Amino acid sequence: MLNRRNTRLALGLTTLLASAAQAQTALTLYYPVSVGGPLTQVVDGMIADFERQNPEIDVNAIYAGNYNDARVKALAALQSGQPAQLSVMFSIDVHELRDLDAIVPFDEVVETAAERQWLQSFYPALMENGAVDGTTWGIPFQRSTIVMYYNKEAFREAGLDPEQPPKSWDELAEMGQKLVKKDADGQVERWGAMIPSTGYPYWMFGALAKQNGAVLMNSAGNETYFNQPEMVEALSYWRDLSRKYHVMPEGTIEWGTLRQNFLEQKTAIMWHSTGNLTAVKNNAKFDFGVAMLPAHKNFGSPTGGGNFYLFKKASPEERKAALQLVQFMTSPEQAAKWSIATGYMGVSPAAYDTAALKQYVQSFPPAAVARDQLKYATAELATHQSGRVRKLLDDAIQAVLNGQAEPQAALDTAQKQAQRILSRY
Amino acid sequence: MTRITHLLSTAAAWCLGLLWILPLLYAFWAALHPGEYATRFELLAPLTMDNFRTAWQQAPFMRYMLNTLIITGLILLFQLILCTLAGYALARMAFRGRGLVFALVLLQLMVMPEILIVENYQTLSGLKLVDTHLGVALPYMASAFGIFLLRQTFLTVPQELEDAARLEGCSRLGILWKVYVPLAKPTYLAYGLVSVSHHWNNFLWPLVVTNTADSRPLTVGMAIFGAPESGVQWPIICAGTLIAVGPLLALFLVFQRQFVQSFMHAGLK
Amino acid sequence: MNRLNQLYAWLMLLPALLMLLAFTYLPTVTTLWHSVFYPARGSQPAQFAGLDNYRMLIDDPVFWQALSNNLWYALGTVPLSIALALAMALWVNGRIGGRTALRLAYFTPTMLPMIAVANIWLFFYTPEIGLFNRLLECVGLPGINWLGDPDWALPSLMLMTVWKEAGFFMIFYLAALQALSRDLYQAAALEGASALYTFRRLTLPLLMPTTLFVLVNAVLNAFKLVDHLFILTKGGPNNASNLLLYYIYENAFSFFDSSYAATLTVILLALLVTLALLQFRLIERRIHYR
Repeated sequence: MLNRRNTRLALGLTTLLASAAQAQTALTLYYPVSVGGPLTQVVDGMIADFERQNPEIDVNAIYAGNYNDARVKALAALQSGQPAQLSVMFSIDVHELRDLDAIVPFDEVVETAAERQWLQSFYPALMENGAVDGTTWGIPFQRSTIVMYYNKEAFREAGLDPEQPPKSWDELAEMGQKLVKKDADGQVERWGAMIPSTGYPYWMFGALAKQNGAVLMNSAGNETYFNQPEMVEALSYWRDLSRKYHVMPEGTIEWGTLRQNFLEQKTAIMWHSTGNLTAVKNNAKFDFGVAMLPAHKNFGSPTGGGNFYLFKKASPEERKAALQLVQFMTSPEQAAKWSIATGYMGVSPAAYDTAALKQYVQSFPPAAVARDQLKYATAELATHQSGRVRKLLDDAIQAVLNGQAEPQAALDTAQKQAQRILSRY
Repeated sequence: MTRITHLLSTAAAWCLGLLWILPLLYAFWAALHPGEYATRFELLAPLTMDNFRTAWQQAPFMRYMLNTLIITGLILLFQLILCTLAGYALARMAFRGRGLVFALVLLQLMVMPEILIVENYQTLSGLKLVDTHLGVALPYMASAFGIFLLRQTFLTVPQELEDAARLEGCSRLGILWKVYVPLAKPTYLAYGLVSVSHHWNNFLWPLVVTNTADSRPLTVGMAIFGAPESGVQWPIICAGTLIAVGPLLALFLVFQRQFVQSFMHAGLK
Repeated sequence: MNRLNQLYAWLMLLPALLMLLAFTYLPTVTTLWHSVFYPARGSQPAQFAGLDNYRMLIDDPVFWQALSNNLWYALGTVPLSIALALAMALWVNGRIGGRTALRLAYFTPTMLPMIAVANIWLFFYTPEIGLFNRLLECVGLPGINWLGDPDWALPSLMLMTVWKEAGFFMIFYLAALQALSRDLYQAAALEGASALYTFRRLTLPLLMPTTLFVLVNAVLNAFKLVDHLFILTKGGPNNASNLLLYYIYENAFSFFDSSYAATLTVILLALLVTLALLQFRLIERRIHYR
């Protein structure tokens, strides 16, 4: 009791002081990368620049591991009353964060016309996951899509044109078969293609679905379409790449080691996040290319990665300061710098118009593939209770790839269970 | 005949030994060679220290190591004190409810804090101890396993020794310290090894309860450092692992004989 | 005097009991309590769910799979790691070439934290470029998709667990072996007992207390050691290697469903208590503490 009165007193005093002198606003930002990795140095650099330009704002960045850890830590901090004004979290967490009543939409925080204008300045495909019911909850920052990396030397060896990577599902199957290399005993030395099926199978599946003209869920996040005919066809194609065309090894393919497989030339083609571009560029001992994912009915890939969110538990001053920080970090110059340093995408057309990024794209054309593919991109699977729903789809995909279930049956089950979970929303 | 069995058995021992040390050997290989040799083994591959440099720059290993030492030490210290007191009371003092208390302790033997991460996390965040060394250590400070082991050991101490000490005017705590504790040394050693090894390796609970490098132990630091989100980098991870276990490894190599012998002499039961 | 004694006893027990109360008994009770509520969403209070969470559990194929996986995991790792630990201890206790090197080799798993070494095992297991498949290739066998094939994922995890556990338990057997009296063995040798007979009739019974100590630890670990899942399989593919504690973690910290996590915890608690009771029956019958 006494304690609370003291706090109130202290609060009153602070407000007094604040109005007397230019007060410091302290922001705590939760950020999902591993501690001390190269990414943190980039983020730290950007924050230092921001603080230099805005001496009245202090930013404390907490690097909290992967997306899931960062979300757990940020929400736990909020619950236990520790400060947290903003965070970069998975773009697909938006429904869950709203259900938890943890975040505020950016529309409520922006004031001026220029700020409202800023909300419209990003690529629409990157906004899809952040906008619900016509309101903007997330601003894109650490964003990626899936692209196709291919080994040009393997293409030459197989008698294929290294400048003509597969553009359709049929071509992928056909070229893939030519790209498979076997040794004298008939053991495969190099596979035609690999699509990872651990870690984020639903993400890869979202690409195949989009290519087949379908999306996984509605934008309100309370309906899924897992067992539509297009989905079944997409999953059958994925399975056929290994079972029928023998382009891919059977069983699941590990997300984390796939890049190494590609670098060791154990596969001629891999589908992976654009986030791997810089690492592949630095380590590939052969000529490689990057291309859009092949089309069936049309091109397509989901976007992925992290958005900025503003937490509800913050004073108006803090919210304003947080908005300033987000605006700074996503400004064209910073976005360009970020994209060049990490391989993630520049989030706005203006970023690709900056001299720095223009020059980079010219010297390294693969950097533009992700941007060009954005025209065909869609949102990543995001629903209420996203973790559980995602696992249902992941399990169905893995069951099919492992030959434990047929596509139709597996997707029917996943859809039925997902609908049961989502019926409450 | 026996010679052949002996030979076979030696061969088996060595095969197993090779398999057991393989991860360590590989760690050295990957850490000491450039990235492209991480999955290829060529005798003449060039050596490099770059991986160690990179790993060292990417994570505050010394800080993590210090955290691990503090947490492990804190837990062991409290475990030894709390379990000794409780073990003695249960072994040698008559009081009402002893049977019940012992049954409760026994029940807890299998219910370790790992299972209760969800609830314990909430308790700690209520106490505002999330992301502190104490927070990581608290749930482990009383150990039913330790209480049980010490009780069993104390029961084997002859009552006459205690009576004799009492005649000499020793207090209860004095008797415990001078008679029981020295006689239970092997148990302490065995239990200490289990405890230290457990907390040196413990991952799940610290993962949940730590947020920053201020309190994160090595295991969690290593997991974040090596998380294969965008692709595993074996050379860097192996270098990091070696940095992390290096001190321990060196200690073992230097004191290997003494360590094993002191263990032997203690005559563990 | 007697009353003072009672007070003294309780005072000595108090610190330990308080801690046990705070971090074991109370959380156990609250877990039970939370398992009959729906998860709280946002600012609304949690609603009473009755046995709904348990009904969900019975209908949840993933739970049943994790449970059966966990039992197989225990069955596969506990006896094997104990047997190997004993064999290793016998080897490095006897006269064998390169004893010091062998001791170091067997001891390595204890020094390498599971979570760090899991990345190295990931390299051993990974198809195409991994060590194990390279070795298979050398003898002309086709490679195995160790972690990606549902039939192999759990055994692969078990192998790594055995590696970890056997090295650790070896230390206890080694210490116990060193403490055994030489006279007994000399007597056995005088009577012309075979090595096998001596082992079965002399060594094994004398090592009983150690075996029980190790057994309790091994069974515990079979249910709480899930660190390597975070790196190797994440419970996949299609839950082929999911274990109860990992599933609890997933529910609580990835799905934010603390109610269902509590329900799963209740089941795991019940399982462990049953196992504890079984083990004590065993101990009471078999152990003669000196």
